[in-house]
Amino acid sequence: MHEMSLCEGMRGVIEDQARQHNVSRIKRVRVEVGRFAGVEINALHFAFDVVMRGSPAEGAELVTLELPGRALCYDCMKEVEIADRLDPCPTCGGGKLMPQGGDEMRIKDLEVA
Amino acid sequence: MSQERLIEIETDILSKNDSYAHANRAVLAGKGVFAVNLVSSPGSGKTTLLCKTIEALGDMPLGVIEGDQQTENDADRIRATGAPAVQVNTGKGCHLDGHMVGHAMEHLDLPDGAMLFIENVGNLVCPAAFDLGEDGKVAILSVTEGEDKPLKYPDMFTAARLAILNKIDLAPHCDVDLDLYETNLRRVNPGIEIIRLSARTGEGMADWLAWLRAHLADKVVPEAAQ
Repeated sequence: MHEMSLCEGMRGVIEDQARQHNVSRIKRVRVEVGRFAGVEINALHFAFDVVMRGSPAEGAELVTLELPGRALCYDCMKEVEIADRLDPCPTCGGGKLMPQGGDEMRIKDLEVA
Repeated sequence: MSQERLIEIETDILSKNDSYAHANRAVLAGKGVFAVNLVSSPGSGKTTLLCKTIEALGDMPLGVIEGDQQTENDADRIRATGAPAVQVNTGKGCHLDGHMVGHAMEHLDLPDGAMLFIENVGNLVCPAAFDLGEDGKVAILSVTEGEDKPLKYPDMFTAARLAILNKIDLAPHCDVDLDLYETNLRRVNPGIEIIRLSARTGEGMADWLAWLRAHLADKVVPEAAQ
């Protein structure tokens, strides 16, 4: 349950950006979340609404864009895309996969109101 | 008078934490300090392992940052060994972050070439995502927790460089398969190093101490070469 801290991080970034661009209200925030980022999307939405109160993004819509999970298979040494963290390698069926991406947590853009 | 409608930022949500972590890492590199971030479930035996480790390291300079939601209990246990310890209480927080650790490091004021142990909040989920500036995460898994723990909480074991399979003296009493623990650890992290250990009997301690000393030596050499 670190979604609250993630939203506090987002608030910091949003406040900095709003100040730099001299905007007072943000109506939409788009974030990219990797499949293996360990982020519970529902909890993130809940925390977002609470944490953004009193910030330029109060009442803003949070849009989450899911990024695929990628892993390196230690058996066939190919980089593959997997849906679930414990899926076998889709190429060779191997079970030793090291995540190579999919742990992203990134604010993509802000839409100004 | 066209107002900008879309501000493209492409910024990591944890960028603030990461900048604190990078600053910590630079301070540690400057001093040739080797820092480990100890992560595990509550009750895996982190503090006991740490106390035994400190005793075994003798007069090696070191410091400890203890993270817990409440109480000074763990820092008190560490201080009883004679080592300097700073307790960070996270309150409602479920993990340490780069900012907290930076402050704690200032309080510790470690000498050059020291070892820093950061005992994170007992939690197998959240601390995986927060870089503290450490050289590596060490996950401690006690044999009473179940062989499938790495499969249930893969992120932490993927993020860890070393796993310590702790309390192996209890293995004969609780019908566990130590090889299966290792198989499952390697399934979520094929590159992970594993040490079987009992902080109580001392079995495996020599491997763990050798691991720490080797990494500390690696860290100091480039500094000394300058």
